[in-house]
Amino acid sequence: MALRFEARGAASRAMVLGSPAIAVVLTLAASLVMFASLGTDPVRALQAFFIQPLSSERGVAELMVKATPLVLIALGLSMGFRANVWNIGAEGQLTLGALAGGGLALALYGHESPLLLPLMFAAGIAGGMAWAAIPAFLKTRFNTNEILTSLMLVYVAILLLSYLIHGPWRDPDGFNFPESRLFHDSARLPVLLQGTRLHIGWPIALALAATTWILLARHIIGFQVRVVGLAPAAASFAGFSRTRITWITLLAGGGAAGLAGVMEVAGPIGQIVPVISPGYGFTAIIVAFLGRLHPVGVVFAGLLMALTYLGGEYAQITMNLPNAVTGVFQGMLLFFLLASDILIRYRIRFVP
Amino acid sequence: MSAEPRLRLEGVTRRFPGVLANDDVNLAVEAGEIHALLGENGAGKSTLVKFIYGVQSADSGTLFWEGRPQRIANPKAARRLGIAMVFQHFSLFDAMTVTENIALGLPRSFTRSGLEERIHDVSRRYGLPLDPGRHVHALSVGERQRIEVVRCLLQEPRLLIMDEPTSVLTPQEVEGLFATLRQLSDDGVSILYISHKLQEIRDLCHKATIMRGGRVVAECDPATRSTHELAELMIGSDLTLPRRTSAAGSASPRLEVRHLALASSRLHGTPLNDISFEVLAGEILGIAGIAGNGQQELMDALSGETPLPDDHAIVVDGTPVGASGPNRRRAAGMVFVPEERLGHGAVPQMTLWENALLSGAATSNLVTRGMISGARARAFAAAVVRDFDVRTPGVTQPASSLSGGNLQKFIIGREISHNPGIILALQPTWGVDAGSAAAVRQALIDLAADGAAVLVISQDLEELMEISDRLCVISQGRLSPPMRTMDATASRIGLLMAGS
Repeated sequence: MALRFEARGAASRAMVLGSPAIAVVLTLAASLVMFASLGTDPVRALQAFFIQPLSSERGVAELMVKATPLVLIALGLSMGFRANVWNIGAEGQLTLGALAGGGLALALYGHESPLLLPLMFAAGIAGGMAWAAIPAFLKTRFNTNEILTSLMLVYVAILLLSYLIHGPWRDPDGFNFPESRLFHDSARLPVLLQGTRLHIGWPIALALAATTWILLARHIIGFQVRVVGLAPAAASFAGFSRTRITWITLLAGGGAAGLAGVMEVAGPIGQIVPVISPGYGFTAIIVAFLGRLHPVGVVFAGLLMALTYLGGEYAQITMNLPNAVTGVFQGMLLFFLLASDILIRYRIRFVP
Repeated sequence: MSAEPRLRLEGVTRRFPGVLANDDVNLAVEAGEIHALLGENGAGKSTLVKFIYGVQSADSGTLFWEGRPQRIANPKAARRLGIAMVFQHFSLFDAMTVTENIALGLPRSFTRSGLEERIHDVSRRYGLPLDPGRHVHALSVGERQRIEVVRCLLQEPRLLIMDEPTSVLTPQEVEGLFATLRQLSDDGVSILYISHKLQEIRDLCHKATIMRGGRVVAECDPATRSTHELAELMIGSDLTLPRRTSAAGSASPRLEVRHLALASSRLHGTPLNDISFEVLAGEILGIAGIAGNGQQELMDALSGETPLPDDHAIVVDGTPVGASGPNRRRAAGMVFVPEERLGHGAVPQMTLWENALLSGAATSNLVTRGMISGARARAFAAAVVRDFDVRTPGVTQPASSLSGGNLQKFIIGREISHNPGIILALQPTWGVDAGSAAAVRQALIDLAADGAAVLVISQDLEELMEISDRLCVISQGRLSPPMRTMDATASRIGLLMAGS
């Protein structure tokens, strides 16, 4: 008896949605084996990882806090990915957004104006866009590969962050710690739920998901993005400018990542610190694919990936499991997802 | 020896997901026979040949080679039996010489020493002039095909399979190839000749097996049948020829092209050189030529996908549009039908109504302030489906689900529904079933009758002779002066195609 893949006549719509579910199941199965071989009770470990974090109101709120940047970034990235624009430098764009918005908060320290937060948002978006504009310019002008340029700029951004908080932006009263001073209250995001860190970023992310959905499904820009991605020659036939779509999608991705960055420093963190993001910009790539590059899917995938962050912390505290388990989970999920995606175009046949 | 034919197939069946490509096919090829395998695209010819040559297995059925049942596992096994094949698309290395290319495709037993002489021998004996020392990139398509033929002949095959060998040749080159094939047949080599060109088959072949929808529908001696009869067997219904309703157009030009020159942006492309012509209102101008002589580049330049430096190189109803992209040209009244349906003229994964937006977004009011009107786009697509007899369950079907002919009718219909003043079509009936091809041609003729200027660039000479009022020939990026179609003869066009 042998397994064989047989090409389907047409791509299976059911499998487009089924493949993430299969990937989650396989990831859980593989993690059972992993925990067992680590000598931990696998059922208890999975419970600590996936159930306990959600057993309190605070836990659920924390899940949304962590999902906010993931969803925001993945929304922007999925637009680019649909157009075959591979921006994988969202981590850097997030950092620049945090620096631009956070820098404004530090510069206007003590000013109590309702305009401060919107200004910080605008600065964060502009910062992320500016960082994404570099690969956009290089790609449209010199045809460089945006995968390389956007990725390399991540490290430039992180070095810039490091320079600023070790130097000019360091808190003078901070005992030489490489951190900025805490933002003034007027530069902090309003908390939605007392006793939690849940801030207005989550409803903003949801609203943006709805907007992106409409944009992709109903607006001519979204249509152009899809055509450029699916059939570049047809886009050229229709007179859609590839250059324009490259700019739009990179700027959208950069802007969304920048907004996520400023929300992190103005929300849960409250100051500028050496590590603003535990890799949200990279994890959002998994979120985008797990969510099938669809805004609604991205929201659910963002929540799931947020749970892996949260579960990692819980498992570390309650079971002494290494925090690296989070990375292993995320990696396995992407691995199984990419593997399951073959079922979209092929079906499995048993050959006796 | 027995009277067993050289090759005999019995009950060959092959199923692909969703389609029965070969359904109980029987075929017999005698020694020294030139046997035509005739059928439209998708009739199952290629699948059958791949089975014979060992590229693909069959679900059931038996192959007898000189009376003995054989299982041919791969092309190597086929060659060992004496079966050789010349593919439609050559696999040659441009940077290597003729000899090197031939040596690459041969078993190791053909040592390099003495190979050149044998190439000389074979090419002289069968009238296939080839210079063994030349590099492939400097050779014409006809010469490249000769390399493939010589490579096959060196192995002294007893069955030679040729897959649409004349689709890339000039009429003169076709005559040369036929002489070679006849000589091979006299030497006892069997030839399985795949084609859908009826006249050729009548001229060349001793016997014809006609396939339709995966089955053998007839066997006959093609010389005793008229092309019309053969076509009927092939398509299965009466062939309706389009009729010209208006003779020639008025005198005013709607599309003027002046000194168009363009370096090709494509790899191995053909630069365009000082091309000038005009298309009059109510006229169909045909541009003939062999593939790869600048047709694609000319289409890119005319459609605006490659804008030109000189705005006045292309003038539409008095408006210069040479430097603008497709959208401004559409606004000026031009529409385009590209050669590739899937991926260029339509997005395969998108629905028909979404595909209506590709060229209609601006001109047919399907988008209001950036928002797509799904209702209007669906109504537009539904009207195209209805008016142009596109066979599909509905406009929410993806473009990829349509057959080539139906999708082409949809694309032509979509373009014509914009009420164009000028329509440009590249290979409008390429790979399209005969019924749809006739419908497409009729649509172009009707459009011209309404006063539009129609430009058709095609490799199908029969088609151009049938529908166009005037003809030009493109060769190596240059355009011949136009001639009236009624004055055109095959030899005159052939010479122009060959570049003389």
